[in-house]
Amino acid sequence: MTFPRDFWLGFRAGLPFLLVIIPFGIVFGVVATEAGLNVTQTMGFSILVIAGAAQFVAVQLLVENAPVLIILATSLAVNLRMAMYSASLAPHLGQIAWWERAVVSYFMVDQAYAAAILKYETSPELTPRQKLAYYMGVVTPVCPMWYGATYGGASLGDMIPAGLPIDFAVPITFLALIVPMLRSLAHVVAALVSIVGVLVFAFVPFNLGLLLAALLAMVAGAETERQMTKRAAR
Amino acid sequence: MTLSSAEIWLVIVGLGLGSFLLRFSFLGIIGNRDLPEWLLRHLRYTAVAVMPGMITPMILFPAATGGQFDLVRMGAAIATIAISLWTRNATLTIFGGAGVLLALHFLIAA
Repeated sequence: MTFPRDFWLGFRAGLPFLLVIIPFGIVFGVVATEAGLNVTQTMGFSILVIAGAAQFVAVQLLVENAPVLIILATSLAVNLRMAMYSASLAPHLGQIAWWERAVVSYFMVDQAYAAAILKYETSPELTPRQKLAYYMGVVTPVCPMWYGATYGGASLGDMIPAGLPIDFAVPITFLALIVPMLRSLAHVVAALVSIVGVLVFAFVPFNLGLLLAALLAMVAGAETERQMTKRAAR
Repeated sequence: MTLSSAEIWLVIVGLGLGSFLLRFSFLGIIGNRDLPEWLLRHLRYTAVAVMPGMITPMILFPAATGGQFDLVRMGAAIATIAISLWTRNATLTIFGGAGVLLALHFLIAA
C-alpha cells in the first residue's frame, strides 16, 4: 500500500508553507478584529472561506460599509482563479469519489494547488488515489494552521512588531513554486504573458485584469506548445 | 463598520459557499469524463498563467509601502529566483528567500 508514502511526501512539501500561513493567519486575525468583527466571525471567515486574499478584500469592504452584494461579488472575483485550478486538477483527480472531490475542493488553496500540480506533472505515473494522498498530505499542515493562526491573531491582538515585511512571504513562496514549473519555452511564454498582461490590464476593476491576463497566458502557452510540436514533427 | 451582525454573517456564509462552488465547479462536473486535447493543452498552463500575474503587483507595487517600489522586496524577489534556480529545492528557496528578505530589511530599512 503506497497511500502513506505519498501522503507523507505531500506533508513534507506542505511544511514550508507554514512560513507563510502562520504570519498571514495572524495578520488576518488582527485585521479582522480591529475592523470590528468578533472572534467567532473572524474564525467563520477562515474556516468557511479558507482563502486569504478574498478574506482580506471582504474585510476591507466591510470596513468601508460597502453593500453586501458588492462585497460578495468583489471577493468572489478574487477567487475566480479557483475555478481554473479546479479545471486543471480535474484530469488528475476526476476519477476519485464525488465526496472526495468535494473535500479536495474545500481545501483548494493556492499552495495546495501549486504543490500538487507540480508533483502531478513531474510524476505522471501516480494513480488518482496516490495523487489524492499527496494532496491531502500537503493540506494537512497548511489548513489547520490557517485556522490556528487566525485564532491566535484574533485573540492575542496586536503583538507582532510593526514594520516587518511579512506581506512578502506570499510572493516568496509563489516564486519558489513557479520557477521549477518553467521547464519549457511554452511555460516561460505563458509566465511572461501573465506578467505583462496583469500590468496592461491593471485598470480593469474587481481584480478581473488578472483573469484576463491568465486566460491570454494559457492561450499563449498552449499555442507555443502546438507550434513546437509541429516543428518537432517536421 | 455599520453593518449588522446578520449582514456580516451573510457575507461570510455567501463568500464561503460561492468559493466552494468555484472550487468544486470543474472537479465536480467533469468527474472522470475525458477532456478534449485542446482543452487539456490550455489547462497545462494554468499555474504559470495565474501565479506570475498574481505576484507581479505584490513585487513591483507592495501594498505595505503604499504602492511605492521597495528595494528590500525587489532584492528578496531576485534572490529567491536565484536560490530556486541554484538549489532546485522549494523548501530551501522559501527559507532562503525569507532570510534574504529579513536581512535586507534590517540592513536597508532599519
